[in-house]
Amino acid sequence: MFEWLIQPWPWYVAGPVIGLTVPLLLILGNKEFGISSNFRHICAACLPGRIPFFQYDWKLEGSWNLMFVLGVIIGGFLGGYVFQNPQPIALSSATIADLEQLGLTDFSGFVPSEVFSWGNLFSIQGLIIMVLGGFLVGFGTRYGGGCTSGHAITGLSNLQLPSLIAVIGFFIGGLVVTHLFYPLIF
Amino acid sequence: MQFIKYTVAGTLFGFVLTKAEVISWFRIQEMFRFQDFHMYGIIGSAVLVGLVSIQIIKWFGLKDIDGRPITILPKDTTHMKQYIIGGTLFGFGWALTGACPGPLFALLGSGITVILIPILSAIAGTYTYGALMERLPH
Repeated sequence: MFEWLIQPWPWYVAGPVIGLTVPLLLILGNKEFGISSNFRHICAACLPGRIPFFQYDWKLEGSWNLMFVLGVIIGGFLGGYVFQNPQPIALSSATIADLEQLGLTDFSGFVPSEVFSWGNLFSIQGLIIMVLGGFLVGFGTRYGGGCTSGHAITGLSNLQLPSLIAVIGFFIGGLVVTHLFYPLIF
Repeated sequence: MQFIKYTVAGTLFGFVLTKAEVISWFRIQEMFRFQDFHMYGIIGSAVLVGLVSIQIIKWFGLKDIDGRPITILPKDTTHMKQYIIGGTLFGFGWALTGACPGPLFALLGSGITVILIPILSAIAGTYTYGALMERLPH
């Protein structure tokens, strides 16, 4: 009966529920769905310095969103740990073949354990993927004014041209890394 | 305590992200290699539902639960270069970490502690943007 808590959800169930986050936050308190702003709120809270970009009332603007992110962590704990799906993800065989060619062998978790481990952190590959990759997520989202939630979901839902341009950028960047850089760093 | 409702909404969102396997580095690779419809189905149907919801909210002039009219600010269209440059830089990071910001936090919750490193790096990246923004083309 509770199998749906354990099993992966098909796209046509998960996608609409993710889309409903947009009206849910608007109705709960006129809030615009977007995760990456929280990195800015954390900067403003912890190390504003004298940088004007971080001089604002982060408690007033950001408390709701930081509390939302706390929920995302809890949701990840429930969905990915408490009710963890014991089966490996049903990836397409073409993807598995491509990634095996890059040298990956463990497809059991959410991330390749060979790459995302504390032991691999200080290898060139670990630094590029985890440190540089994370840095670009934070730098790029603020530069571009949003991430997948703020632009691809909220912005496209509201028919915003800037969001369409940003999403095209997301894919240009992702395709370049996947097809041109990955063969070099694996 | 007034913000607990957002934590509940976030919990639902984070749970769906894990069940949709959107937080999987492998799924993001599959997407950027165009080898499965899964991620495109999720993003496409999420946008469709968001689009219809926003139209309904606007059409009926719905209010939030505190009775305030719902307003959705349009994005800034006076500086357009920032979207393609910033978006592409984020795309590099998305393919490298295999996660956008929401999934990073959900992955941390699922018990993968090393995800703290990309999260802290993302905060450093945002800080660096804040420090340099006046010298960057927008």
